Amino acid sequence: MKQQKIGSWIAIIVGTLYFIVPLIGTFEFSLRMRRGEYSFDAYRVVFADPKFQETFSYSTLMALLTIVVGVLIVVPTSYWIQLRLPKLRPVVEFITLMPLVIPAIVIVFGYLRLYNTSSIVPLTASARSTDLLLVFSYVALALPYMYRAVDTGMRAIDVRVLTEAAENLGAKWPTILFKVILPNVRVAILSGAFLTFATVIGEFTMASLLNRPAFGPYLQLIGANRAYEPSALAVIAFLVTWACMGLINVVGRGKQIKAAP
Amino acid sequence: MSFLDISDVRKNYGQQTVVQKFDLDVERGEFVSFLGPSGCGKTTTLRMVAGFEIPSAGAIRIDGKDITGLRPNQRNVGMVFQSYALFPNMTVADNVAFGLKIAKKPAAEIKARVEEMLKIIKLPHLGERFPYQLSGGQQQRVALARALAIKPQVLLLDEPLSALDAKIRVSLREEIRSLQRSLGITTIYVTHDQEEALSMSDRIVVMNEGRVEQIGTPFEIYNNPKTRFVASFVGTLNILKGNVADPAAGKVLIDGQEVFAAKRIGHLQAGEACAVALRPEAATLHQTALQEAAKVASAFAKESGPRNRMVGTIEEVNFLGSVVRIRVRFQDNAISLDTFNNPNATPPARGSQVTVSFGREDLLVLEGAEG
Repeated sequence: MKQQKIGSWIAIIVGTLYFIVPLIGTFEFSLRMRRGEYSFDAYRVVFADPKFQETFSYSTLMALLTIVVGVLIVVPTSYWIQLRLPKLRPVVEFITLMPLVIPAIVIVFGYLRLYNTSSIVPLTASARSTDLLLVFSYVALALPYMYRAVDTGMRAIDVRVLTEAAENLGAKWPTILFKVILPNVRVAILSGAFLTFATVIGEFTMASLLNRPAFGPYLQLIGANRAYEPSALAVIAFLVTWACMGLINVVGRGKQIKAAP
Repeated sequence: MSFLDISDVRKNYGQQTVVQKFDLDVERGEFVSFLGPSGCGKTTTLRMVAGFEIPSAGAIRIDGKDITGLRPNQRNVGMVFQSYALFPNMTVADNVAFGLKIAKKPAAEIKARVEEMLKIIKLPHLGERFPYQLSGGQQQRVALARALAIKPQVLLLDEPLSALDAKIRVSLREEIRSLQRSLGITTIYVTHDQEEALSMSDRIVVMNEGRVEQIGTPFEIYNNPKTRFVASFVGTLNILKGNVADPAAGKVLIDGQEVFAAKRIGHLQAGEACAVALRPEAATLHQTALQEAAKVASAFAKESGPRNRMVGTIEEVNFLGSVVRIRVRFQDNAISLDTFNNPNATPPARGSQVTVSFGREDLLVLEGAEG
């Protein structure tokens, strides 16, 4: 029993070191910009760079739009599958997993072939329409996370019975969806939203190949030309991702108590 | 004219027929139970009345109005679900008020109605709680209040007590029945629990494999089951196999012993195999030796008119507290009977010879050998 405990602790310590040591190394390196002493100069440079603000704002906007479009597509789909088409679940699950299997570079080349300027839907013809294409491609990219989060939430409540109970009391579809179902899967939607945000904020391939001023390509550019700033940016990107994960936990914990059956 | 009229309703899923030729007239204020085993079609029939399933054939009318094609939200039918189906994001009061808000009732009316309903279900102080803060019994009461708040024409209850423990179940079924009586609301209650159906209903519809086996009052269903299924499903029943000896006299031969039914056996010929049913409470045990059986028989004849008697051997004695359940074997057939526990007398021993007596009217000859 005691040996088992020691084994568990060793596994935890090794695992923690595996993840923490590179982070500490990166953080430590990011503080070395000033010769002979630690400073936050690299962070100051990064935050002062208008390109950082511009690309980070752009990616944040793209992430928020991705979340909105993703929720509008995934929530009704998951609801309908749960309620009326449970046999289609494996098919939809397979489709939502495809972005994990197909490399992003393949998807984006597919987009470029389909939506180039000489196609019927020339989405790459202008900057705004390319932004739209980027949002759609991010929706596809984040689909595995958003769908799974929402689907898990839908399974946790008895969607069918709640729908029938509301319908029996005279409610119509919009009321059922917005007053009964959505409030009860809000935590799941938020989880999906934060995961989507974390995925989109540092995405490189699609933004770069569609030539959009996103945070991912900016990270790559800085990484190729500077020494300390990329480490600072890597730490910032980690913090953003961690903040998203933390928010999932905080929001999830708070609402779970309320929604427990 | 009946208030709820379910007329020749059928339901198919592809090739499979799950409800066939269902006919039922329910009077205003009547409490009717659908009783049957899992998969017999009782819940499907209830869901057709609620509008969650559309009948493949037939019609459903409430107060003369055909509701067969109406959506569930257009029917004014209240439903209580097995799993309560309370909205987890709403308080108890909001749950009860939900249907009234949908109907766009004035706020003051909603508030008054919610208070009234919470008082009726004896939870006036729990309006601000969330469903997860209530016990199962309390949640089901709230579900009942929510269904009744909209003043439905018909109340449907789909196994509402099956998720609750035994004590709560008994007290809640009494509450439901008394509430139903006081409101005078027409109610359909689905259950697989015969005790629930027998104790609560004005009438019971016994279903099996999508068919109605029998419709009748609890007394009729229990005492005069029409089919072997009803006889075996409702209450405990001894089924004995024998042969018709004299149809006109109602005489049947069971393991070589003669017994008589009160009525003539019209549907079977002499020599034909048949099944007879006997309730455990109808049989009386006499710890009498075989050689004294004749004396006992003549004593019966003098005291209580002609009674059937069969001589057998005690095969099993189960002490259940207030009741002692005894199985008596004849030859191929055996019957179980219950006797009250008498602290001053020891139960009969296994292997001892006994006489079992029962009235002629207690012997039910079922329809055919398989009932």
